[in-house]
Amino acid sequence: MELIHKNLPALIVVLPLCMGLLTAIVGRRGLGWWMAMATNSAVLAMAGQLLWNVMHNGAFEITYQMGSWPAPFGIVYIVDPLNAAVLLVVSIIACVLTLYARKSVASEIQKNRLHFFYALWLFCTTGLLGITITGDAFNLYVLLEISSLSTYTLVALGRSRNRRALTAAINYLVLGSIGANFYLLGIAYLYMVTGSLNIADIRHILETTVFPTWATDAPQYRTTVIVGFAFMAVGLSLKLALFPLHGWLPNAYTYAPSAVSGLLASTATKVGAYVFIRVIFTLVGVNFAFGVLHTETALMVSAGAAIIIGSWLALKQTNLKKMLAYSSIGQIGYITLGFSLNNVNGLTASIIHLFNHALTKGSMFMALGVVVYRLGNARLKDVRGLGRQLPVSMAVFTAGGLGLIGVPLTAGFISKWYLVTGAIQAHRYEMAAIVLFGSLLALMYVWRVVEQIYFGKRDENAPKLKEAPVTMLVPMVLLVAASIYFGIDARASSWVAQTAAELLLGVKA
Amino acid sequence: MKDNVLMRVAARWNMPFLIIFALYTQTHGELGPGGGFQAGVMIAAAFIVYGMVFGADDMQRIVPRWITDLLAALGVLIYAGTGVYCLVQGYTFLDYTAINPANPGAGEPWGMVSVEWGVGITVAAVMMTIFNEITEGTLPGQEHDKSDTEIVGKA
Repeated sequence: MELIHKNLPALIVVLPLCMGLLTAIVGRRGLGWWMAMATNSAVLAMAGQLLWNVMHNGAFEITYQMGSWPAPFGIVYIVDPLNAAVLLVVSIIACVLTLYARKSVASEIQKNRLHFFYALWLFCTTGLLGITITGDAFNLYVLLEISSLSTYTLVALGRSRNRRALTAAINYLVLGSIGANFYLLGIAYLYMVTGSLNIADIRHILETTVFPTWATDAPQYRTTVIVGFAFMAVGLSLKLALFPLHGWLPNAYTYAPSAVSGLLASTATKVGAYVFIRVIFTLVGVNFAFGVLHTETALMVSAGAAIIIGSWLALKQTNLKKMLAYSSIGQIGYITLGFSLNNVNGLTASIIHLFNHALTKGSMFMALGVVVYRLGNARLKDVRGLGRQLPVSMAVFTAGGLGLIGVPLTAGFISKWYLVTGAIQAHRYEMAAIVLFGSLLALMYVWRVVEQIYFGKRDENAPKLKEAPVTMLVPMVLLVAASIYFGIDARASSWVAQTAAELLLGVKA
Repeated sequence: MKDNVLMRVAARWNMPFLIIFALYTQTHGELGPGGGFQAGVMIAAAFIVYGMVFGADDMQRIVPRWITDLLAALGVLIYAGTGVYCLVQGYTFLDYTAINPANPGAGEPWGMVSVEWGVGITVAAVMMTIFNEITEGTLPGQEHDKSDTEIVGKA
């Protein structure tokens, strides 16, 4: 136990990696699912333990040196409240979705490929957890590629249901690779200036030797640093599907297997947002990103546009998975808006919304997955009058929808509360207005579906549907219950988010 | 290209030399230029040249798909396993001191060698897999795997 405890930061990445490889070798005949389930449960336990450890140690930081090489030379894994929270989000979602995937994926993917599916599933988790925990900018890129490459393949596996999954996956692959390579280019520029790849070390060198010269007559590396940051910002915006760069997202979410849509929507873009926060607040620092460059203006414009246009497009979709995908674009807008406000409440809103939206959107995608499982499709007219036939999943969908709108007593309300407070504190009243308007649009697109579910009349000759198997119901009910719990009692989640925000902004005593 | 004597002989006779040089590169990775990646590419090249001349079918008779699949995963497992071994011995992940705690410097090469073997095996296997994938259905006598495109029925 002592051994595991000491090596938690490494094990949380190494375990899913090794198990993924083993699954590829021996995971045939249904064993793959058991291995994935066991691994993700262990990962969840480890993430919970890490969060507990980091919140209860005075320094709010746990450092782990890979191969015992000290910080700027070797790769270090650093856990602080922010990434411990994101680790927990990723592992919760990965764990419940693995449970969900058993039945759902078996109906969508060829049997002889299932062990590869679960291997990729575990690699994707590995990558996402690794991105979150690493303190090394280049290591982050490598893990970003691990998670992205497995996600492209996972999306493409949706082809047995709809061939368009293949074009969606190629599209995602091209844009995702551009995003990742822009990030890599940005790292290269910063490496040119600082000679370091360690995030904390790059920041230290920039602060001590580069930035001070900018106030003098001979500013050093000004253009290089700005170009490097610009590359990273654009690359990461692509990865997290920030508004004008969201093109890959709707089709990838729509045509991927249901469990994969859930995983993507709840974790991949969230981790992208986490990296963006990390880059702005830890790697280059707010004084540069917001003080010198005024990135916040660009971010707010994108975020505002994402909220309004994303929600508006969601309103126009007839394919419900696509509707949720566009709604995700809007939700990414909220997350981006939060950290671009550059105050504690805004940043808290971002972090807490990472968590809350993962719960909400994850459960909604799972609920739609039931309709896909039974009907092979999830269009608006398919769910007409389904409230009677699929009572549990449709109730989950509705409760998740309430969370998207931000109705009080759901987790979405907490995020929006912090967000609006933050916007008002930053004197960005127009942004507060946009958030509220976005909620109104969310109300419209959610209500449109809920109305069909409960008040629509089912066709006489439409097939009668059975409720989903228990292994599919339990995970979504768990998630939606959590999202309601954290809407009623947000002490734990806001404690973690607020601590993380205060640490990032350097106002924590 | 099977009918061309020159190609046939070259592909066959180059193979042992390519493999020997690959093994040299592999085993000297920690001391000189080279290492697992280069060695893996060379091993794969030996088989791929053979495959290009005699057809992917013939190559897959020598190295079946299940072997490349297995080796691709096994190599990474060797790499990660080395790290886990160090970790189990009470050191950090990939801390080669664990291999020879009495004389940490002496453990380093062993750690590197085992990691490089992992890299070499995976790279070779993945290179061959890539060749197999892109030639699938393009060489004469080969057809697309029909089971691949079959639509799975609803549950």
